[in-house]
Amino acid sequence: MKDKINWPGRLFLIVIFAILYLPIFYLIFYSFNSGGKMYHFQGFTLEFYKELFQNTRLLIIVLNTLIVALLSALVSTIIGVMGALAIHQMRKKSKNSVLGLNNVLIVSPDVIIGASFLILFTTAGLKLGFYSVLLSHIAFSIPIVVLMVLPKLGEMSPSLIDAARDLGASPWGVLSKVTLPFIAPGILAGFFMALTYSLDDFAVTFFVTGNGFSTLSVEIYSMARQGVSLTINALSAVLFLVTMLVVAAYYAVAGRKKIRVGGRK
Amino acid sequence: MQNSRVTKLVYALPYYLWILLFVALPIALIVYYSFFDIHGNLTLHNYEKFFTPVYLKLTLSSFWYAFLITIVSLTIAYPVAYLLTKTRNSQIWLLLIIAPSWINLLLKAYAFIGIFSTYGMANSFLETIGIGTKQILFTDFSFIFVSVYIFIPFMILPIFNALNELNPTFLEAAQDMGASKWTAFWRVIFPLTIDGVKSGCQVVFIPALSLFMLTRLIAGNRVITLGTAIEEHFLVTQDWGMGSTIAVFLIIIMFLFMIVTGSRNRKRGA
Repeated sequence: MKDKINWPGRLFLIVIFAILYLPIFYLIFYSFNSGGKMYHFQGFTLEFYKELFQNTRLLIIVLNTLIVALLSALVSTIIGVMGALAIHQMRKKSKNSVLGLNNVLIVSPDVIIGASFLILFTTAGLKLGFYSVLLSHIAFSIPIVVLMVLPKLGEMSPSLIDAARDLGASPWGVLSKVTLPFIAPGILAGFFMALTYSLDDFAVTFFVTGNGFSTLSVEIYSMARQGVSLTINALSAVLFLVTMLVVAAYYAVAGRKKIRVGGRK
Repeated sequence: MQNSRVTKLVYALPYYLWILLFVALPIALIVYYSFFDIHGNLTLHNYEKFFTPVYLKLTLSSFWYAFLITIVSLTIAYPVAYLLTKTRNSQIWLLLIIAPSWINLLLKAYAFIGIFSTYGMANSFLETIGIGTKQILFTDFSFIFVSVYIFIPFMILPIFNALNELNPTFLEAAQDMGASKWTAFWRVIFPLTIDGVKSGCQVVFIPALSLFMLTRLIAGNRVITLGTAIEEHFLVTQDWGMGSTIAVFLIIIMFLFMIVTGSRNRKRGA
């Protein structure tokens, strides 16, 4: 019954897909341009890749970005899971108000988050740099983790926990042997989302990063403002490859279940 | 019992601390700072300034651009989402729509600098079809195009989910009762997926009000949004008070917009 699209619809979808992927492939294509510009392809060269891998400053920034992303995802996942467990046990009324507070950072524009965190860190006397960036990333990732974990907690039947208690499990036993394994897919999804949010963030980081510390987005922004440089293109090609690998790995681990559910339909 | 309640509270302590320090306190600080001028004097001057033509015009144009971006995104995203639900492997196609949003935002914006530049791909295309080279970069068109490009996956996703949850029997019923395709769409499908449309508009409109890096990279500072103004005040002129005042208004606008488009939660609660 499905897969009935007439050809104008098909054409429309093809055009949309083409436009969505165009900039990415455009960047990658011109990263091999010996002409050094994003037009007039002159000849094939790997010069800009060589330049990229010899640019230690940029490589350190990539490393910084990864460290911030991994650390912030880890910490925000831990705090977020604790928060989700707490919210799950609340009565409906207090649940809704805490959830409202939880979602403030999700719906707030990045500029507001960035500006308010800048005031916060400056008022607290914290020097802007690695720690301010890390703290901000943890802060804006926590609500996402909560939102990914809560539905999983909701799916869990209370009788499961009662059964574990009746069999003599301690509160810690219930948590570690029953609850956490059950909500593991939500935790994994939350961790992954926090990771991508951190890697992709520009606006918040731009506000709270000092002079000495930079992440990839902030660096690309300042490079792009100075004009076209094909090192950015080479970098984007590498990042595109890595992103696709990570996404593929994620779906190999977490998506298997989803596809099975989809198949059942 | 009392004891376990205390343990639970200790458990959740980091989370509550987070709410206090990173949700409540920052908003309070923004409001507090909005009452200080650039010299650190307590004043209402910033609020007076906000209601002068300069800032009102800024707010209005910011709204106008966000509105355009939302409408264009919606008119493209709805048919895309609709067509996607009709494909056989719709989940995989949806994944392919979402995948570009995992590529760093700045890189995509940077790509468009190349595509829209004087000798870039867009102009070669215009040249070939006989229109000739045009200034594309640093125009309203390029700004809206790139913004829509960036936001569109976030618009497609909720609409797709709403359409996917739609019970096909409703449509069959409408058709049995003699509704034409268009009537069925406007009277049945669209109203039933309005929640998806609303949450799509939420995730596009509010960020669109506060874009600032696109205005600089793609619109060449020709477009100034509320976000650009806040960034300017905080990081360039260091007038945190005025920046905070604009931020206060942006927060108020955000809440109003959430209330207008937020019938979804109320319905869920009922």
